[in-house]
Amino acid sequence: MRFMVIVKSTPEAEKEGALPDPELMLEMGKYNEELSKAGVLLALDGLHPSSKGARVKFSGKNRTVIDGPFTEAKELIAGFSILQVNSLEEAIEWVKRAPNCNPAGDSEVEIRQVFEMEDFAPILSEEQIQHKVAKRAELPNQTANK
Amino acid sequence: MSATDPHHATQQATDQALHRTIEAVWRIESARVIAGLTRLTRDVGLAEDLAQEALLAALEQWPRSGVPDNPAAWLTATAKHRAIDLFRRNAVARRKHEELARELEALEQTSPDLDSTLDNTISDDLLRLVFIACHPILPADSRAALTLRLLGGLTTDEIARAFLTPEPTIAQRIVRAKRTLADKHIPFEIPRGPELAARLSSVLEVIYLIFNEGYSATTGDDLMRPALCEDALRLGRILAELTPTEPEVHGLVALMEIQASRTRARITSTGEPVLLFDQNRAQWDQLLIHRGLTAIERAHKINAVRGPYLLQAEIAACHARARTPSETDWPRIVILYTELAQITPSPVIELNRAVAVSMAQGPQAGLTLVDALASEPSLARYHLLPSVRADLLYKLGRRPEARSDFVRAAALTLNTRERDLLLARAASCETDPINS
Amino acid sequence: MRFMVIVKATPESEKEGALPDAQGLLEMGKFNEELIRAGIVLAMDGLHPSSKGARVKFSGNSRTVIDGPFTEAKELIAGFWLWQVKSLEEAIEWVKRCPNPHASDSEIEIRQVFEMEDFAPILSEEQIQHKVAKRAQLPNQTANQ
Repeated sequence: MRFMVIVKSTPEAEKEGALPDPELMLEMGKYNEELSKAGVLLALDGLHPSSKGARVKFSGKNRTVIDGPFTEAKELIAGFSILQVNSLEEAIEWVKRAPNCNPAGDSEVEIRQVFEMEDFAPILSEEQIQHKVAKRAELPNQTANK
Repeated sequence: MSATDPHHATQQATDQALHRTIEAVWRIESARVIAGLTRLTRDVGLAEDLAQEALLAALEQWPRSGVPDNPAAWLTATAKHRAIDLFRRNAVARRKHEELARELEALEQTSPDLDSTLDNTISDDLLRLVFIACHPILPADSRAALTLRLLGGLTTDEIARAFLTPEPTIAQRIVRAKRTLADKHIPFEIPRGPELAARLSSVLEVIYLIFNEGYSATTGDDLMRPALCEDALRLGRILAELTPTEPEVHGLVALMEIQASRTRARITSTGEPVLLFDQNRAQWDQLLIHRGLTAIERAHKINAVRGPYLLQAEIAACHARARTPSETDWPRIVILYTELAQITPSPVIELNRAVAVSMAQGPQAGLTLVDALASEPSLARYHLLPSVRADLLYKLGRRPEARSDFVRAAALTLNTRERDLLLARAASCETDPINS
Repeated sequence: MRFMVIVKATPESEKEGALPDAQGLLEMGKFNEELIRAGIVLAMDGLHPSSKGARVKFSGNSRTVIDGPFTEAKELIAGFWLWQVKSLEEAIEWVKRCPNPHASDSEIEIRQVFEMEDFAPILSEEQIQHKVAKRAQLPNQTANQ
């Protein structure tokens, strides 16, 4: 099963031009190496503060663009990774071993299960699923369930 | 309104944002617009000129009217109106009446809304554009400049900065390329049958040339240069979707993805290159490696003899799969180099094969192959030949011979850091204990 | 530049056992194919509702696990893409072309991904080596396996 591990942001991380603490980065680097060696890490990335981003609101056919930054840091994502493990519990165990992203205080990580094409069986025909599976298998842009 | 007036500053910011938006729209739509116009006018040079005029019109009008909902249709319609004006103005000077009438009719009747055309037509037109921009009648760097211009949406200035070439030179290259295509009446079509392989090879050569130009960029270079890797990857990925049944296309994409995966580890913070075996593999981008491996699998599903790009990709994949240098599957790399040497024999490939053999079978086996290259004229000034030989001799305990080859290699390399490393190794031949 | 393009959840998408609407899924599939043909997609995935997930709260050295589901759907992610494009504006243009990911009003957030070069101000080669060496000296440093 694949899980997305979402690191929530903090007011410090959201500061304009903020860069992660170098010491924390090194600790994280070591932790990520462990994940990698265990063969569970499929992808990971950090995100710039929301001042470098935007939001697009969808309402019917309307699209409204709103520039960052956005308030409520804990609603925002600071980074993510994708893990391949056997269960939610295993994903939780790995996450508990991660360094605290806010060493002086509190931080939060959310773990969410990733949809596989087969999960859509109740709403798509076998043919439609196979088409999706084939399309994804062809595409060199995917962390794939193994 | 003074320059420091907050209204003025806000207006400037808004203008800049809009300009970037128009650039973004151009990047997304221009290739398709040019491809569609080429089909209509049967002249890729004219099509590009018309598209550029439409872009200028957009830069002029969209700040007032806003970006249209369907920018591609707007650009195409504007370009076609220009084309009709052009034909009418040049009617007497250039064309027979009947021909003109036919062309005008064709232009006027075609729907401006590209979205209403079948996806297939747009894809086919894009593919035709790729093949014409990469036509082998053009010199390689002209093909690269034209491809980046027509398919990459880059400006002449951006291309010039990317290739460390003066802008007028690039501009001339593009003008001459378009003229050659027109003069030689190069058709706007997808090559068929036996011609396809050679023409496709020409396209792949261009894309890889662009990639390598970006890959060779060093720190401190204009950021347009490393961005070439992204441009090449994007072009390769687009081509892979246009020609999904061509294994060499997937092979090239795989090779570029895996090479790109090493970007972070390839150079030190001070811009010095790091050898593959010294790179911090934790910095290799696993997402890109996965993409490369998947592209290889995709190529394998197509039942065909492996071509050179696919083989090179598989060699790169062997390294990518090894979490540490000691885990490298050298026997497999030997097999791949042997196959590659049979398809595209070259002394450099043979040298690489020798290195792989030495890792898989021991330094003596490698040395035998390296010695066979000793009189190879094209390697006479290639520093890696004596460097590899020296390393093998060192491993065999033949220190004095190793030392002299390291010194020879140091004299041949142009890179100061590499020279220092080779001289250090030469020195170590005298000081290291024989069993190290 | 890379961007993470995040589809926010809605109360509907968060319902227990919720699956996307088939028609919407196929329309989105078409859009995805267009993105792929443009050569910009690096990765993409949809996420199960948060009832199948969890949160881990970090406080100093302590870790507290909270099971899903979580409230405030618009804070939650329903899916994402990773795109490689030249600018934020290009990412925005592509998002504007996206079909509405949900049946009701919804939101997509676009965030720029850090590249290693961005850390140049804080991660010089020397500094890293120095820190690594320091840590290796600590008596209760757990050894790297």
